[in-house]
Amino acid sequence: MADRENEPNKVPPLPSSFSLISTLGAVAMLSGFLVVLVYEYTKPIIAENQRLATERAIFKVLPKASSRLTFLINEGKIQLADDKTKGELIYAGYDANNNFVGLAVNAAEQGYQDIVKLLYGYQPETGCITGYDVLKSTETPGFGTKITTDKEFLANFNCLDAKVNKEQSELINVIKTVRHGTKKNPWEIDAISGSTITSNAVGRMFNKSGQALHPIIAKNLDLLKTAKQQKRGNHGQSD
Amino acid sequence: MANPTKKEAPFTMDIFTAGLWKENPVFVMMLGLCPVLAVTNSVENSLAMGLASVFVLVCSNALVSALRDFIPKQVRITTYIIIIATFVTLVDYIIQAISLDLYNKLGAFIQLIVVNCLILGRAEAYASKNSFGKSVISALGMGLGFTLALVMLGGVRELLGAGQLLGYQVFSLDFEPWVVMILPPGGFIVLGSWLLLINYFEQRKTGKLIAEDAASHCTVSQSRGL
Amino acid sequence: MNPESLSFIFLNAFLINNFVLALFLGLCPFVGVSAKRDTAFNMGLATAFVMFVSSTCAYAINLVLTAYELEFLRLISYIALIASSVQLVEMILKKFSPALFRALGIFLPLITTNCAILGVALFQTSRGYDFLQSVSFSLGGGAGFGLAIVLMAGLREKLELSNLPNITQAAALSMMLAGILSLTFMGFAGLGTTA
Repeated sequence: MADRENEPNKVPPLPSSFSLISTLGAVAMLSGFLVVLVYEYTKPIIAENQRLATERAIFKVLPKASSRLTFLINEGKIQLADDKTKGELIYAGYDANNNFVGLAVNAAEQGYQDIVKLLYGYQPETGCITGYDVLKSTETPGFGTKITTDKEFLANFNCLDAKVNKEQSELINVIKTVRHGTKKNPWEIDAISGSTITSNAVGRMFNKSGQALHPIIAKNLDLLKTAKQQKRGNHGQSD
Repeated sequence: MANPTKKEAPFTMDIFTAGLWKENPVFVMMLGLCPVLAVTNSVENSLAMGLASVFVLVCSNALVSALRDFIPKQVRITTYIIIIATFVTLVDYIIQAISLDLYNKLGAFIQLIVVNCLILGRAEAYASKNSFGKSVISALGMGLGFTLALVMLGGVRELLGAGQLLGYQVFSLDFEPWVVMILPPGGFIVLGSWLLLINYFEQRKTGKLIAEDAASHCTVSQSRGL
Repeated sequence: MNPESLSFIFLNAFLINNFVLALFLGLCPFVGVSAKRDTAFNMGLATAFVMFVSSTCAYAINLVLTAYELEFLRLISYIALIASSVQLVEMILKKFSPALFRALGIFLPLITTNCAILGVALFQTSRGYDFLQSVSFSLGGGAGFGLAIVLMAGLREKLELSNLPNITQAAALSMMLAGILSLTFMGFAGLGTTA
């Protein structure tokens, strides 16, 4: 080692390709072994963490729920799925007696700085959006982050009207954000003054998600309502 | 600071403390700036990032030092990078297992530890030439120095930007937070201010600047790394 | 503007979330190679080029990794990929455009440890961009890096002529300047959201 440093001009003899390849191979084997070891060990823990995080958000927007099922929305159809399924997922919450208490739906839209992702609670029977949990946001602290703290703004979501029309093709009223203090109808969102862009993003996001998903949910409401009881029937006592 | 094992005294203390302050990787050598600025908007994030870097730095330098006689010169950089990437992948999964919240806050910056020039730089400049024990201790010192710098930045930014430290309210609620401090510009400005302050005291003490040609260090260690 | 449209992704990476000034990626060359405007420009060009190549390759390799459920090897393969694509770019340039090679030559090896390159690959994966979106993202990121480093070099050239207190020399003042640049770039936030 020391020689190499002291004699920079002397070119060291090139080691055989075999020794180069075998070194790289050995290091790659070692690295692969370590990674797989830790990956296998942490995999169940991470999956459990993710399940807990998802459920925490779901039970926050559906406070009455004590269990939930995951559904996949695919080409206008709803089918039972699990959390690992790729695609548009919605979660149905059920209380202790397996009665349907509402849905938790994902929504996302470009905010002020970056994309804001929410999970919101939806009551298909009354057509109300009843609150949300922010999953991801990099909005400016003290401004855009008010969407989780501003009491007046959160009051919009006691029951935000997102009813589906009779033909079950779209929402009766377009959900939109209006200027602070000018809210007149239950489908309008009263913006936070000073955080208009983020407030607008929330409005656009609910309208987009509502127009796309709520009609499908309305068409498949029976499936969502009875899924839990049927599942229990099929699987006996397993919960 | 904790006293390291006194196996190789008298050098040991020096080797350990050099990284802590005299050759502090952030303030003196300006290495690994990306995570320094990106995740230091709170003390908690800074600590987590610092400790993750310490883990990668110590483990990879230990392995590089242990294998230094077996690695042919021609493939050494590739080998170092594979070793570092391995440990970063480990840290990535371990943090996900410990706390998903923390993982989401640090975002992609855990994986970006791989390209932290501090780690490759130390592997090439120190661990590949020194004994196992020395390399580990030096890496520990460097890593803790890195963590110290991160916490110094994170502390100021959290205190001014949110009026809190480690999540506890320090200033009264009437304090209007300097939001800009936890935003990207705040990172640059606080680091710049620390450098100014350190320069000022160093100049008063010795008449010399501590970070004399700091800007070139990073480039040098990068090119040395290749 | 639709957040997933190609033009918005480009704009987002270029200005709103500028790689250097908002995401803090690629700071080493940003501080180290921004003393002169023309070298800074060449560095920006070289980085943007490598960014584009490695982002495209990373997209392909991620398809393979996902197909075989080998996601835990992603980081290791990306870094190996970037190291080799830098060398590849170097060789291609040397053969086909010696003039460009002379201009970019010394910067190319430095790019391997530029976190902006790995950042592009990691972000495009975590955001689930498709091929065209990835291309647009990497072009925006490269252009943003180039813009930031050239602006910085311009400012630093001006500073050479001014009389500064001793303690602001070296990196301290560069950081302050970067902070001010970053502050101005925050003005781009909210761009394209009102449409």
